[in-house]
Amino acid sequence: MTFKSTLLATAALVAMPLMAQADTLRWARAGDALTMDPHAQNEGPTSALAHQIMEPLVMRDMTGAMVPALATEWGPSADNPNIWVFKLREGVTFHDGAEFDSEDVLFSLNRAMTEDSDYKELLASVKEVRATDKYTIEIETNGPNPIMPNNLTNMFMMDKGWAEANNAVKVQDYEGGEDTFAAKNANGTGAYKLVSREPDVKTVLAANENYWGNGEFPLEVTEIVFTPIQNAATRVAAMLSGEVDFIQDVPVQDIGRVDGTDGLEVRTAPQNRVIFFGLNQAAEDIAGDDVDGINPMSDVRVRKAMSMAIDRDAIKKVVMRGQSAPAGMIAPPFVNGWNEAMDSSSKTDVDGAKALMTEAGYADGFAITLNCPNDRYINDEKICQAAVGMLAKIGVKVNLDAKPKAQHFPLLSNLETDFYMLGWGVPTYDSEYIFNFLTHTKGEKYGSWNATRFSDTDLDVKIEALASETDLAKRNQMINEIWTVVQDQQLYIPIHHQVLNWGMASNVDTIVAPDDTAHFKYFKMK
Amino acid sequence: MSDQATQPATPSRLAKAWDSDFMYNFRHSPVAMVSFFVVALLVLGAIFAPLIAPYDPFDPASLDLMNGYTAPMAPNDFTGDVFWLGTDDQGRDVFSTILYGMRISLFVGFAAVAFAMVLGITLGLIAGYVGGWTETIIMRAADVQLTFPAILVAMLIFGVAKGITPIEHQDTMAIWVLIIAIGLSDWVQFARVVRGATLVEKDKEYVQAARMIGRGKGIIMLRHILPNVLSPVLVIATISLALAIIAEATLSFLGVGAPPTQPSLGTLIRIGQDFLFSGEWWIILFPSITLLALALSVNLLGDWLRDALNPRLQK
Repeated sequence: MTFKSTLLATAALVAMPLMAQADTLRWARAGDALTMDPHAQNEGPTSALAHQIMEPLVMRDMTGAMVPALATEWGPSADNPNIWVFKLREGVTFHDGAEFDSEDVLFSLNRAMTEDSDYKELLASVKEVRATDKYTIEIETNGPNPIMPNNLTNMFMMDKGWAEANNAVKVQDYEGGEDTFAAKNANGTGAYKLVSREPDVKTVLAANENYWGNGEFPLEVTEIVFTPIQNAATRVAAMLSGEVDFIQDVPVQDIGRVDGTDGLEVRTAPQNRVIFFGLNQAAEDIAGDDVDGINPMSDVRVRKAMSMAIDRDAIKKVVMRGQSAPAGMIAPPFVNGWNEAMDSSSKTDVDGAKALMTEAGYADGFAITLNCPNDRYINDEKICQAAVGMLAKIGVKVNLDAKPKAQHFPLLSNLETDFYMLGWGVPTYDSEYIFNFLTHTKGEKYGSWNATRFSDTDLDVKIEALASETDLAKRNQMINEIWTVVQDQQLYIPIHHQVLNWGMASNVDTIVAPDDTAHFKYFKMK
Repeated sequence: MSDQATQPATPSRLAKAWDSDFMYNFRHSPVAMVSFFVVALLVLGAIFAPLIAPYDPFDPASLDLMNGYTAPMAPNDFTGDVFWLGTDDQGRDVFSTILYGMRISLFVGFAAVAFAMVLGITLGLIAGYVGGWTETIIMRAADVQLTFPAILVAMLIFGVAKGITPIEHQDTMAIWVLIIAIGLSDWVQFARVVRGATLVEKDKEYVQAARMIGRGKGIIMLRHILPNVLSPVLVIATISLALAIIAEATLSFLGVGAPPTQPSLGTLIRIGQDFLFSGEWWIILFPSITLLALALSVNLLGDWLRDALNPRLQK
C-alpha cells in the first residue's frame, strides 16, 4: 500500500460517518410553490422548488453563471445559424428509474410550447425541436437566436413515459383552476426526490442516491423539509427557536435581531428582481374606478403623475429599512439593456404631479383599486399601503386589496385588475425576456404577464426581431429603443430592486444566489 | 321662599335615582365604579376622537411615510416630529390611530349587539309566545347555530358577503358586513333568554287580562311582555358587547375585518405583531392595552349588572 492510498483510505474512513449522517435542512420561506407541474407557472418559488427535483438542460449556479445540467455541451450548429445543438448527458435516470434521453427533451420542450404553458414566451422563436440521435437535440429557431440557452435555465425536463402514464402530457391549466397528477407529483432527474407534499403545509425531499452529480457537487444536504410560513414574525420565531435552519426571506425589520443571535447569520445580496406597479392603459372605461366613460390611466400624463407621486426614497428608508435600491426602469442592473440614466429617472415631485393631473383634467383626482399580493415580495403589502398615502397626496384615492399570491396572480392573467403590483426577475439576464412577457401585446405566444392592455404592433415587431438579431451592437440599439418607448409611455411604475436576505443557522453554509433560488446541492453543512 | 324649600318631602327624579337600590349598589362597588370610569373615558375618547387626536390616521394624504417607526416621545430621525405613543410602520400616530380605531371597534360592537338584540328579542318573543311549529323552527335553528363557534359563523358570513360585494365597495361595506356577521353570530343568546322569560310571563294574570280585553298578539308581546323580560337582556347585552368587541378584533387580526387603511384595534394589533422581534414594541403594546382595558371593564360592568339586577343575589 502506498502512502497515497493509505491517506485516501483514512480520509474515506474519516468521511464515512459524516456521509452516513442524515443532514436534514429545514427550509422555510413566505410562500409555497404554486404547483409541481414544471411548465404551468413561471414564478420564483415554484421554480425554486422544482429546481431541487427536476433539471433543465443548462442552469445557473449560485453565482448566476451558466453551467451544464442535463446538457453537457451546446453551441450553434456549424451549418445553420438558426440551429442550436445540445449534447445530452448520458447515463442519467429519472427518480422512477426511467432513462433520460432526447425523447424526453423533445417531449418536455414541446410541452412547454403548448398554450397552457407559462414558458411559451421563452420558446416563442422556436420553429422546431428535433432529436437527431439518442443524446443530441437540435432546436431550430425562426432566424438565429443568440440567447437561446439563456432561455432554457428554468425549462425543466420531464419523463415522457411517466407523463403519458399519469395523464400529464397536457400542461395544467393553473389559471383555470385545473388540478392534475403532475401538479402534485414530480419525477425528475434532480438531486432530490419528492417524498411527500402537502401544498402550503409541508414538502419533504430526500437525496437521490442515483444522482448523476454524485461526487461532483457537495450534496451535503441529504433531506430537505420545506415549510412555507407566511407570517413574518412566525417565520423569524421559527428561525430563532431553531425550528428551521434556513429562511429565504428574513423580514427587513428583523435582520439585526437574527444576525445578532448566536448561531444564526444573515447574508445579503442584491437580487435580480424589480418591483413595480402595472396600470391598465386601455381607453375603455374600467369597473374599478369612479370615472365614467373613460379610463383615467389611459392618459400618459396621469401615469407620469402617479409615478412622480411615489417617494421611492421614503419607501427605501422606512418600509425597506435601507434594504432596496430605488428603480426607474423595470430591469434589474444585472440585465443586458439596463442603463443608469433610465434607472435613476424616477423623481418624486408632488407639485409637478398635481399640475400634470390638472392638465389631464383630473384636478380632483379619481378613485381606483390597487391589487397587491401579501406573501410574494418583501413587504409587498406595506409598499402598497405606503403608495396609497403617496397617491392620496395627488388626489388619487386608492382602495387597497391585498391577497395571497395564489389569488393575486390570476387577476393579472385573467385581466381582472386595472392597477396591480408585480415583481419581475430575469433568469436570462437579458431585456428580451422582460419585453416578451411584459411589453409585447398579450397574445398566444407573447405577453402573458402583460396586464397593462398596452399594445403597439410596431413595437411587437421589434421585440420579436430581437430573438434573431445576431449583430449584438444592433440588438442592443434595438433594446434601447424599446426601453425608450416603455419609459416614455410610463408603461409601468417602477418602485425598487429587491435585496435578498437569507437567514441561516451556523451549520448551513451557502452564498446568496441573485435569482433567489437556493440550489441545495451546492449547500455545505458544517 | 321657593317651592322647593317648602316641599322637601318629594325629592327630584335624579335624587330618587341616586338613592335607588341600583345606584346604592353601584356607589358601594369599587369595581363597578372603576370599570364605568374606564368605559366612559374610552367611549368619550372615541366619540371625540376628531377633536382630541392630533392627526387623522384615516386620511392617507396626511401621512408622511418618513415618520414611520418613531418611538414614543422621541423625535423622528428624518422629520424631527414627536409622537406621544410613537408611530406605526406607515407613519401613523399610534395615539390618534388608537382613538380612531376604537371608534370602529366600539361602533361595530354597539351596532352588532343592537342588531343581535333586535333580532334575538323578536325571535325569542315570537317563539315563546306563539309556540308550536314556529317555536320549534326558531329554537332548533338557534341550537344548530350554537354548535358552531361564534367566530366561525362570523367568518363564514363575512366571507360570503365579501364574495358578493363588488370590489370597489368592499372598503366601505367592510364595517357593515362586520356588524351583520357578528350580530348574526350572537342573536341566539338573546333569543333563548327572552323565550324562557316569555314562557314564564305569558300565563301570568296581567297577560291573561290583556288577552281578555281583546288586545292583539303583537301589542301584548311588545307592550306587556317585553318590558318584563328586559332586565336579563340588559345583562346579556353588556356581556355581548365585550364579546362583540373581541370578535371584531379577532376578525380584523385575522385580516378579514376592517380594511388596512381604516384600522380598528384588531388591525393595529395585527400590524404590530410583525414587529415583535424588531424592537418596535409600542406598535402592538398600546392598542393591546386599550383593547384589554375596554373588554375587561365592559365585562366587569356586565358582571356587576347581573348581580345588581338579580333579586336572588341581593344582600
